[in-house]
Amino acid sequence: MSTSLTEETTQVTDSAVSTRLSSLDTLESEAIHIIREVVAEFEKPALLFSGGKDSVVMLHLATKAFWPGKVPFPVLHVDTGHNFPEVIDFRDRTVERLGLKLVVGSVQEFIDRGELAERADGTRNPLQTVPLLDAIQQNKFDAVFGGGRRDEDKARAKERILSLRDEFGQWDPRNQRPELWNLYNGRHTVGQHVRAFPISNWTELDIWRYIERENIELPGLYYAHEREVFARDGMWRAVGEVSQPREGEDVITKTVRYRTVGDMSCTGAVESNAFTVADVVVEVAASTLTERGATRADDRISEAAMEDRKKDGYF
Amino acid sequence: MTTETVLSGAAGGLESALPTTLFRFATAGSVDDGKSTLVGRLLHDSKAILADTLDAVARTSADRGFGGEKGGIDLALLTDGLRAEREQGITIDVAYRYFATDRRSFILADCPGHVQYTKNTVTGASTADAVVVLIDARKGVLEQTRRHLSVLQLLRVAHVIVAVNKIDLVDFSESVFRDIEADVQQVGRELGLGSDGISDLLVIPVSALDGDNVVERSERTPWYTGPALLEVLETLPAADELESHLESFRFPVQLVVRPQGALAPDAVAAGLDVEAYRDYRAYAGQITEGSVKVGDQVSVLTPGQAPRTTTVVGIDFAGKSLEEAAAPQSVAVRLADEFDVARGDTIAAAGTVREATADLYAALCWLSPKPLREGQKVLVKHGTRTVQALVRSVSGKLDLASFKLEGASSLELNDIGHAQLRLAAPLPLENYLHHRRTGAFLVIDPLDGNTLAAGLVKDHPGDHEDERYSI
Repeated sequence: MSTSLTEETTQVTDSAVSTRLSSLDTLESEAIHIIREVVAEFEKPALLFSGGKDSVVMLHLATKAFWPGKVPFPVLHVDTGHNFPEVIDFRDRTVERLGLKLVVGSVQEFIDRGELAERADGTRNPLQTVPLLDAIQQNKFDAVFGGGRRDEDKARAKERILSLRDEFGQWDPRNQRPELWNLYNGRHTVGQHVRAFPISNWTELDIWRYIERENIELPGLYYAHEREVFARDGMWRAVGEVSQPREGEDVITKTVRYRTVGDMSCTGAVESNAFTVADVVVEVAASTLTERGATRADDRISEAAMEDRKKDGYF
Repeated sequence: MTTETVLSGAAGGLESALPTTLFRFATAGSVDDGKSTLVGRLLHDSKAILADTLDAVARTSADRGFGGEKGGIDLALLTDGLRAEREQGITIDVAYRYFATDRRSFILADCPGHVQYTKNTVTGASTADAVVVLIDARKGVLEQTRRHLSVLQLLRVAHVIVAVNKIDLVDFSESVFRDIEADVQQVGRELGLGSDGISDLLVIPVSALDGDNVVERSERTPWYTGPALLEVLETLPAADELESHLESFRFPVQLVVRPQGALAPDAVAAGLDVEAYRDYRAYAGQITEGSVKVGDQVSVLTPGQAPRTTTVVGIDFAGKSLEEAAAPQSVAVRLADEFDVARGDTIAAAGTVREATADLYAALCWLSPKPLREGQKVLVKHGTRTVQALVRSVSGKLDLASFKLEGASSLELNDIGHAQLRLAAPLPLENYLHHRRTGAFLVIDPLDGNTLAAGLVKDHPGDHEDERYSI
């Protein structure tokens, strides 16, 4: 068997020992170690997959961690019903390509059953917490991989790589376990679960450089394209079924791309001529705005918006 | 002449095109030392702060009446944390921050000083290549400085940088700085810092508020000819570089990759030879130390069994076959013999590891409000294995100010002490002094699963006991 494997060698690295790993290789190695630890120590993990770039990178890392085997856990998507159709399409194609099971928690179903109420501002991002916790409970997931990064937000800057959630899915920032060396303590009692963040230490630029290096496919809206948009809250909003201009908001066609992909109803596009991944790397490296500040209405609600959502069990 | 210029120009161009490497460091000190301002200054001057964040901080600075003669922004606000912290005016927890220069990407573990300083310093230092300890130039070396330095020595942090801050408030006085520098070096000598080439100690005069010697060298300290803080962080060798000369390959097995026909559809679609991989079996893990090559002799250590020796026939990583791999790479290793190898086993360079033992002698950094008592049952997590353990005895507690071991029979939050534990199953324990990964473990509360302590393996009494361990 070893002979046939050697013949298949696609690439041989010469001097892994004499030169230090690049920062991307170090981050990749750390993430794969975390993913493998969680799979080894938990009964039933799942990976949160939205089709957004961070979750796509996380899933790519999982395929590398278990190669040539299949990724040994299902993916979970909380569908707000306000997602971009092309992102849902991308999600389904990815799941099919990797032979994974997809579990969907539907915000719309909770609203239809009267268990969630539509918000006055129309955004559904904060409504994802209840269906998320319900899906975790129904499927008895004891570990959930999330694509959160510590550089995104000050609440996330204090998040552990393995983060314990109580029976109500709550995060208690004052009572976190110290995380020492690369020894991750994921012990939990019945009803509790753990959120695992393998790409905690990656920055937005790391993500894009990795997408470029690994040639990872993303939903097309991450790249510059023409779209009908209108201005609201200082952002360009796409025109769509759930995202209609109000009176006085003029619709115009612009060349835009998305830096983050959430709901159509709360995610803004940025004007951009970055048509390729290499263009995006250059654009992100030169950007003067944070990705959430530039594009997410839900994080502008208050200074501690993310902190509040996380405490309640958000991603 | 011309040729030289061209060559150096080309070399410069190549250097900047090289991929950056990662460097992890932590900061230790209290709010009063200006730690938040220093961290803010590093982030700000290395252009890690984007315009919207800076605007928000500028607005808050103005709201709070900051500015005065500087008329600027309160850099400490850049590291402002959670609402719960702002409300109580304290920093709760280690915060991780990111910035990059052309040479390196940095991960900064920003450790609060006041509350639970030992817990936070131990946490931040456990993964750090370097730790920056802050001293207020007006106050000099305090008991807290001594405590920080002794924790860093205990954890074998590769580089310790002491930033003597607020040098502007002592009129950039060389004599003040030299006195503090001498005190720091004295403490370093008492601790044995820098004595063996692993840990070194650097002292830099800085003003975090004005930026002197933080990113750029300052003209206001002409008597200081050393590098600025960021220059130091950019050029110090990382821990894995320092340890790369070690030949002691260590590889705790995380899991067995054995698809048994359940091959990844995307790999098959890309042309993977299904027949060749039908009986594929490899051991996945992250190399914690040293390096390994195809053809190397290795020992498989299964606790409770004699080490078994075999040969590495393949090192795989996601479709690539590697000739060799080194820490901290995550790979999958294939062995010549079809041993029964499982998670919790360790693969190591043949003949370099002694037998697993159930007697554990250790230094414990106690991190929980629940105290440690003799006779207590705990869990010990070491590498990829967790076993039950009984605390047989606590043999003393370290007085961090005098570096002396005092008699004690229990350990409380922030205490560092020595203890002897009896394990329910043997573990391949190694002295932390020489093996930062395989010499480290967690003590876990079996009742609620919380982490109680950071553990550092010591040699058995009777073996050669290293003096540095008696601090």
